[in-house]
Amino acid sequence: MLIGVPREIYPGEKRVATVPDVVSKLIKLGFEVQIERGAGELADLSDASFIEAGASIAADAQALWHASDIIFKVRPPAPEELLLMRSGQILIGFIWPAQNPELMQQMAAKNITVLAIDALPRTLSRAQKMDALTSMAGVSGYRAVVEAANAFGRFFNGQITAAGKVPPAKVFIAGAGVAGLAAIGAAASLGAIVRANDTRAEVADQVVSLGGEFVKVDYDEEGSGGGGYAKVMSEGFQAAQRAMYAQQAREVDIIITTALIPGKPAPRLITADMVRSMKPGSVIVDMAAEQGGNCELTEPGRAVVKHGVTIIGYTDLVSRMARQSSTLYGTNLFRLLEELCKTKDGVINVNMQDDAIRGLTVIKDGEITWPAPALAPAAPKPAPKAASAAVEKKGAHGHGSRGPMPASTLALVFGLGALAFWAIGAYAPAAFLGHFTVFVLACFIGYMVVWNVTPALHTPLMSVTNAISSIIVIGALVQILPPEAGTNARPDALIQWLAFAAIVLTAINMFGGFAVTRRMLDMFRK
Amino acid sequence: MTSSLISSSLATVAYLGAAILFVLSLGGLSNPETSRRGNLYGVIGMTLAVIATILGPRVAAAGIPWIVAAIVIGGGIGLYAAKTVKMTQMPELVALMHSLVGLAACLVGFASYVDTSIQYSGAEKIIHEVEIYIGILIGAVTFSGSLIAFGKLNGKIDGKPLLLPARHWLNLLALLVVIWFGGEFIAADSVQSGMTPLIIMTVIALLFGIHMVMAIGGADMPVVVSMLNSYSGWAAAATGFMLSNDLLIVTGALVGSSGAILSYIMCQAMNRNFISVIAGGFGSGSGAPAAKPEGASAEPQGEVVPVSAAETAELLREAKSVIIVPGYGMAVAQAQHTVNEITASLRSKGVNVRFGIHPVAGRMPGHMNVLLAEAKVPYDIVLEMDEINEDFPDTDVAMVIGANDIVNPAAQDDPTSPIAGMPVLEVWKARTSIVMKRSMASGYAGVDNPLFYKENNRMLFGDAKKMLDEVLIALKV
Repeated sequence: MLIGVPREIYPGEKRVATVPDVVSKLIKLGFEVQIERGAGELADLSDASFIEAGASIAADAQALWHASDIIFKVRPPAPEELLLMRSGQILIGFIWPAQNPELMQQMAAKNITVLAIDALPRTLSRAQKMDALTSMAGVSGYRAVVEAANAFGRFFNGQITAAGKVPPAKVFIAGAGVAGLAAIGAAASLGAIVRANDTRAEVADQVVSLGGEFVKVDYDEEGSGGGGYAKVMSEGFQAAQRAMYAQQAREVDIIITTALIPGKPAPRLITADMVRSMKPGSVIVDMAAEQGGNCELTEPGRAVVKHGVTIIGYTDLVSRMARQSSTLYGTNLFRLLEELCKTKDGVINVNMQDDAIRGLTVIKDGEITWPAPALAPAAPKPAPKAASAAVEKKGAHGHGSRGPMPASTLALVFGLGALAFWAIGAYAPAAFLGHFTVFVLACFIGYMVVWNVTPALHTPLMSVTNAISSIIVIGALVQILPPEAGTNARPDALIQWLAFAAIVLTAINMFGGFAVTRRMLDMFRK
Repeated sequence: MTSSLISSSLATVAYLGAAILFVLSLGGLSNPETSRRGNLYGVIGMTLAVIATILGPRVAAAGIPWIVAAIVIGGGIGLYAAKTVKMTQMPELVALMHSLVGLAACLVGFASYVDTSIQYSGAEKIIHEVEIYIGILIGAVTFSGSLIAFGKLNGKIDGKPLLLPARHWLNLLALLVVIWFGGEFIAADSVQSGMTPLIIMTVIALLFGIHMVMAIGGADMPVVVSMLNSYSGWAAAATGFMLSNDLLIVTGALVGSSGAILSYIMCQAMNRNFISVIAGGFGSGSGAPAAKPEGASAEPQGEVVPVSAAETAELLREAKSVIIVPGYGMAVAQAQHTVNEITASLRSKGVNVRFGIHPVAGRMPGHMNVLLAEAKVPYDIVLEMDEINEDFPDTDVAMVIGANDIVNPAAQDDPTSPIAGMPVLEVWKARTSIVMKRSMASGYAGVDNPLFYKENNRMLFGDAKKMLDEVLIALKV
């Protein structure tokens, strides 16, 4: 099947739905790829690089749409693109079906199949590799920090220079979703002090893991709204949250807001008063500008200076890194195609039994199939507490515990030992007792010495102890021809041969064991 | 007696010196720096003991040519074997050598029994005969058990546990028969009449050794090898009692306790009870799903993501810190040299590469360390599980080469898993983990590994050596 990738015609959109690296992978899956002339230009991807990767070039959009079986797009189709669609085509891209009901009707009328990458069920772990929302959010989070740094007149990291001391910038990030986390990581790696807040308490660990500090709202309420998104919070919580934001606004130099609630306007987190309270030269990057903005003073699509604070409301952060975001998006689409074409023969099968694909498919052969039925709830997570308790229990059983033996066990061991010693002392002859003393003490010495052996040398330890155990040769040596030979009807010849064989065997062991130990130990070099 | 160069007292002192040298020898192994000297102490101690015996009062001058001939023959074979053995075959060699000690103990025991030149009576006679009986018993078990372990380790015998029906009862029966014949043996009034029970017991002991090791699966081999190591020591100690020789007793006790401690450490590393390992049946060869509770262990969620060698190289090159976790698969594929080259290449690029070794990785204690040392991996970047486990969260890439059960998160997460509670290397906490494996087959424990399905895990399928070679080439481009 032929995949067509048109040039994006939405104003300011610089991304393209595939990149040369992905093209060669698609060809390996059995597809042909056609690119509209100049489609990658704004993302610094030349037509020549696409041709080199194996794609063909279509002269204009009309030719491309006409020839292609599958269309890869970034933005939802524009009215003029709708006219180019032909029956039976498959369109893959961002669609936003909830926001574009009219577009959905129009596409359905064209009798095509539409896969909306934004409708992917994100809770499926195997869907993550195709999650374009996440990869785009990651890019924009990073870019938000870059924009902030650009507008901010100071270093991010604290420095002590010959010219004096520079304090580190303080960055506050509102919302620790994918974009927020990417922003935390980027800001922290520039050396800033990063704080972040999210209504979902479970992200605190992720914030800390990226080098940020989690700021809690002083109010008890859980803000997880299902599917990894946040929900609208209660009035009491919001008041506490406002107080916290007001305080952060006074303290920090840069605020990056990423708070979004699906299907609702972005929550107003930063009021005009808070902006006024910020230090002059501070920066706010409002990543929710497209949905109305988290800051009252944001002007979507523009950077403005108000009350001495630069407020950046760009809505095209991902397009500002078009090459990176195109690469990630193209890879997401490639992963999706892998799922659609498990046979690797260049023919896709929109399998509506597959949860991930079912979720994505918003129009199937001209029929609107959106919204998809809710997924069967994922298998409940096993209660972690019960599990760890059971494991702990298991650990205590057997030889798991490292602590000292309980006193009762110790008493039992000593008791049995004493009994055994008493029995031996009462019945064994004196000569035996001497040897027995030596034996027991040697066991203890061995015990003490061997615990000190480093685990790395356990194999040499085994081979050297093996070599040493050929000390048994002494037993054979004293038998081979003792002074008593020939007395008391001793079967000399038999013993001699037995002893001879034993010496040969132990000598193999002795020489072999020491030599191989030496060989091994010689290898242990720093 | 008069012809001997070394008097009885001098020989005793020499033995004492040898015993001290042996203790120092084991002590030297506490650190790679002092270990070579430790080995040398062992050689000196052994030489001292042998020379003191040969020149001592217990060997007539006419016996010396015999002794020299035997030592030359045996020593030649031993040195040849030591020189030619491959490091991956160390477990086999060690097992084979244990069998020699066991056999020698048997021979010395029989020789001692037929030796009529020294007459004992009363309690002394009984004790002497018990010592002979026990010495031969331990020797025979060590001999046959080690031979089977050798066969299993080099693949001549199937690694699957062979489980006879009612095997515990069979073992118990064997024990009772051995005790009964022990009574017969001590009651026998002449060498001829005592020989029959002695030989029957030896045969039973040999069968017992075979049965015991046959019932233990391949994954439990580290325990078996160290246990046999221990037995060979106890055999030497028993011989020492038999011949009233303190040096043999001391040395045997040292070796015996050393092997016992190693077995204990190995069992602890698997969170298994020593008895249950010896009782056998756990480490099944391949696939046989060992004792999986009905529907209890959840099927792993998610999907396996394969990667290519080139992508692996890419991940490694971009990492700041890498931990490599080798397992038996690396030994089988003989990949340790390539691993070292990859390590050197990454280190020259400033990547912090370290190795995490699980105590039971491989087929004998410390097996991985020896292989890495052979490949000239510096030992100070080769760390034990406890030293490195908490560093995984700060690690960019954890590369698992031919290991499975020792990196299985089910041991921590799934209390119903057969390996629950076994300490494991927490590779999944690294940013990315790469598992190098030939296929999706489960490990020796027959347990599925949820690690493979984690979203930050990648699978590099193929022969470890071949794949690593490709990774190395990709790294050098």
